[in-house]
Amino acid sequence: MAHDMTAAAGANGEDMQGATHLVPVRVYLTIFTLLMILTATTVGVSFLDLGPFNTVVAIVIAVTKMMLVILYFMHVRYSTRLTWAVVAGGFFWLALLLLLTLGDYLTRGPGWLRFG
Amino acid sequence: MSGAHPTPHPRLQHHFDSLEQQFEASALGMWLFLVTEILFFGGLFMAYMIYRLTYPEAFAEASHELDVVLGGINTAVLISSSLTMAMAVWSAQLGRRTGQLLFLGLTIGLGLVFLGIKAVEYGHKFEHGLVPGPNFRFESARDPVHSQLFFSLYFIMTGLHAVHMIVGIGLMAVLFVLAFKGRFTRAYHTPVEVSGLYWHFVDIVWIFLFPLLYLIDRHGTVGH
Repeated sequence: MAHDMTAAAGANGEDMQGATHLVPVRVYLTIFTLLMILTATTVGVSFLDLGPFNTVVAIVIAVTKMMLVILYFMHVRYSTRLTWAVVAGGFFWLALLLLLTLGDYLTRGPGWLRFG
Repeated sequence: MSGAHPTPHPRLQHHFDSLEQQFEASALGMWLFLVTEILFFGGLFMAYMIYRLTYPEAFAEASHELDVVLGGINTAVLISSSLTMAMAVWSAQLGRRTGQLLFLGLTIGLGLVFLGIKAVEYGHKFEHGLVPGPNFRFESARDPVHSQLFFSLYFIMTGLHAVHMIVGIGLMAVLFVLAFKGRFTRAYHTPVEVSGLYWHFVDIVWIFLFPLLYLIDRHGTVGH
């Protein structure tokens, strides 16, 4: 079970049935530092000429930052599989939207996509 | 494993077996809402994707009119606000009222800073004729016709995001008042956790907005 479920009494004698996983503060501070480093990185890399890979790198960094926020700040790492499934489902649906639309445009014949 | 306690917790609603189950249901409900929000913003990101791929030069030159420094600062501000939000939840989990008030207050403050910087940026745009419409007067050197598309997307996407920020700040203000009244304890602090999920989501949207709007083809533009 992902949750810290105890039937013991809390510090003030209340029941701890609603207790959720307590993430250590140093984990939050580590994630925060990583997010700041990744932000600086994405800005720095944007000033380098990597051709079409500039966009790829920017997206990869953004997705990484998002995963850190989702897993640790939003506690998904410590959540039930049902929560995981709902989160994954949301992104799966978004992927469908983006990919199928791209598929439409990409199959309209040559000349649409140019790497300017 | 239920019914072990003679008096149910006052916050436990009758249709749940335990506070833990009740919390999980609430969190799941918020996640379901956030999934609809992913698709809500997702539609705008899709439009952005198609038009950027169709008019890359116009988008690049229009993007250079945005202030990377202000955008970067705003990104740092929101990431910090997610940290303070996580700490507010942490304080609620431990039943620490002072921590809740401190971190909720900081989160609100950082949110207001973000909106303030956004207001400054919008002011610049209005002054420089970058608002789509009859007074639009920016012309990309390489593709004069399609720059307005970028700015339309810029205003709609950051505007919608700002509306979400305002709602989030409102939520935090309500939580602050409730926390002040001692409503959140180790056993029950669901509203804090669930509002935290919303706040982090709004941060994630900005995490994508920033590079996609501010950092297009920035190489060769050192010094803005």
